[in-house]
Amino acid sequence: MKFRMRNSECGIKIKKFLVLILFFATCYLLLATSASASEWSGVDETVVEKYAQEHGRVAREPFINTDQGDLLLFVFLLAGAVGGFAAGYYWRRLLEQKPKN
Amino acid sequence: MIKIRKLAIFLFFIFNFSFLIVSYAYAMHISEGILPLNWAGLWFLIAAPFVAYGLYRLKKMSAIDISFKPLVGLMSAVVFIISCMPIPVPTAGTCSHPCGTAMSGILLGPVISVLITAVALLIQALFLAHGGLTTWGADIVSMGVVGSFAGYFTFRLLRLVRANIAVSAFMAGLFADWATYITTSVELASGIRGNSPFLPLFWKILIAFIPTQLPLGILEGAMTSGMIMLLYKKRPDLLVKMGVVKSETV
Repeated sequence: MKFRMRNSECGIKIKKFLVLILFFATCYLLLATSASASEWSGVDETVVEKYAQEHGRVAREPFINTDQGDLLLFVFLLAGAVGGFAAGYYWRRLLEQKPKN
Repeated sequence: MIKIRKLAIFLFFIFNFSFLIVSYAYAMHISEGILPLNWAGLWFLIAAPFVAYGLYRLKKMSAIDISFKPLVGLMSAVVFIISCMPIPVPTAGTCSHPCGTAMSGILLGPVISVLITAVALLIQALFLAHGGLTTWGADIVSMGVVGSFAGYFTFRLLRLVRANIAVSAFMAGLFADWATYITTSVELASGIRGNSPFLPLFWKILIAFIPTQLPLGILEGAMTSGMIMLLYKKRPDLLVKMGVVKSETV
């Protein structure tokens, strides 16, 4: 009985601790988002292309340019869905092969 | 009361997670046309033997062991998804992505990891406007070759000194990520410098990567450690077969 009490007390403390961490994480993210006020550009833009441009090298349009409007969103979504399906499928196959003993 | 608390925790998670899916963006991939052709060609030449040997190893391993193919399939999907998954870094206000090559390097061996990275990079360059065909060789070298070998050797070295599996995998992920971006800095600085000296430009680019890649390397370490530990729990026999752990430790 005593042991159970300790366990539940410990559980409540962990939950409180988790809520506190999540609260601070949320505040931090909100502050950081408003402070940085950037567009969350990739480092390819903020570093790679920036320094390349400074040295006279400019990125060319890709051979198949899907970076047009929402088309890129669509291909990223499609790639994520296909990749996720493949990962799930092979994960299941791996677990099915698990030896019995 | 408990239900409300659970709901609150769940909402907090969703809210925090929503910051991670703000927008798509790219990271270590060097875009089309950034590197001069002579440098692009050189990186191709460096990458080609690794890719060719990876093909040979894949064919050989698949013929020996049937459980190898699903693992290669899983790792290919994982590397592909991870390397086009943008993660906002609030401390820097930018996005970047982990590479996933440490986990594939540890599980499949570094040369097969180079091969699957090359395939992932090719698909991204062709259809996701992510990287480029002329810079494919440079991207293979930084993410595939250096990332996979750095992850593999870090893991092996730490296991050799009897470090914990989770810790070894974490450090492997961390170093693979950082090594990838150091290599990207080398490739970029050497390619674009013209008549300027190499080292100042290299340091400038590397320092610019640090605010984003420092925390992302830690995330990559955690992801690598999580994946290796998950497989260690679910399929320890497979890790023994792949030489990741010794049978006595299972």
